[in-house]
Amino acid sequence: MQQMGMFTPEPKTITVTELTRGLRRAIESVDVFQNLWVQGEVSNFSRPQSGHWYFTLKDRDAALPCVMWRSTAELQAQIPKNGDSIEVHGGLSIYEAQGRYQLYVDEIRSAGAGTLYQKFIELKNRLEAEGLFERRRSLPAWPRRIGIVTSATGAALQDVLHTLERRYPLAEVVLAPAQVQGPSAAMLVADALATLDQFAQPDLILLVRGGGSLEDLAAFNSEILARAIVRTRAIVVSGVGHETDVTIADFAADLRAPTPTAAAELSTPDVQELRGQLAALRSRLLRQTPVAKINRARQQLDELSLRGGRALAQRARLQRAELSSQTARLEALSPLAVLQRGYAVVRAADGKLVRNAGEVAPGARLDVRVQRGRLDVEVKETKED
Amino acid sequence: MAKPKEISSLTYDQALEELESIVQQLEAEVGDLDTSLALYERGQALTKHCGELLEKAELRVQQLSSDGELSPLE
Repeated sequence: MQQMGMFTPEPKTITVTELTRGLRRAIESVDVFQNLWVQGEVSNFSRPQSGHWYFTLKDRDAALPCVMWRSTAELQAQIPKNGDSIEVHGGLSIYEAQGRYQLYVDEIRSAGAGTLYQKFIELKNRLEAEGLFERRRSLPAWPRRIGIVTSATGAALQDVLHTLERRYPLAEVVLAPAQVQGPSAAMLVADALATLDQFAQPDLILLVRGGGSLEDLAAFNSEILARAIVRTRAIVVSGVGHETDVTIADFAADLRAPTPTAAAELSTPDVQELRGQLAALRSRLLRQTPVAKINRARQQLDELSLRGGRALAQRARLQRAELSSQTARLEALSPLAVLQRGYAVVRAADGKLVRNAGEVAPGARLDVRVQRGRLDVEVKETKED
Repeated sequence: MAKPKEISSLTYDQALEELESIVQQLEAEVGDLDTSLALYERGQALTKHCGELLEKAELRVQQLSSDGELSPLE
């Protein structure tokens, strides 16, 4: 050993801090270590006064110390428990004071969620490319028979039945109960849908379920159910989970409603509106009673005669206006001016102007208009030029 | 117009549709008084029928078994 030391140069002695800091920088400079999803089981979970979370993520053969700072921990919907199988996201570093490498966690999700989501996206893209999501048939205006596929014991069924009862009690409802959770749920729901469609022949099928995690909604994200939906003769309205949950079944359905209640609302007319509509029609009908009709005819006649009176008055006004404008024209021609010059206007008894002496016989009376006044004249003799 | 159906056998939407058409015909005032009277009477009967259907309506719920049998739901 001593001899070897003589031939290989002895490394420079460094401090613990120098080594640890160097290691930390080395780890922090590796990009993949700063963007990790790590899966394991929670142990030694502790949450001291500081509000930070400390736990160890482990599997059969290894353990990884983890920290989640308070600022992030406060935002978590769920606090992990020892034994939980989880996936954490974060960056690796070294806590120099204890010479311990640890993962600084900024996101936690339940184990398998990542792969489930991945599968969901893959299936969605595949079925979409196949054209399975293009069913957008319009809803029947008056659904007579409404089918429901859901769990017989779930809250979703009660929500839907109450809504239908309140909005549209004219409908007939057929429930095809199916287990909506568990390993064979997808097949059971698909079977219920097909049986309902074939035997009960409803106009409309409400495919509903309450909210849940991605795992809980697995049946509604299955290929088998998507294909069953697309084969359905009846119009399918889906209402799965809460407003934010969107499933493969929603894409395959004719209409996606955000919740089970909304599915029932969107697919039925409202009895309150129907009452209003009927009342409006009724009053329109009542206005058409034969008695009313006769009264209306009378009224029309009255109006016509009133309008007739108005028309006459209007015509008289027009005639008067015409008359005065003609007078004006006459004045413009100014025959009086002619009279002023010493001419006279001679009219026969019938008012006609006398232009030729031959027009009148001796003894006829003529009206002679001079500038001021008129003369009543008797013809003694006529002489034609 | 086709031979009118027995009013009691009409569903709500059928009755409503016929009522709408009758009201429109009456409002258009095309027919003679006899026709109008007949239409008016049928319109009244349809209104009554629709009103009764709405008032008496009670959601009927059945359950389908996996072999396609229908039975009332409790």
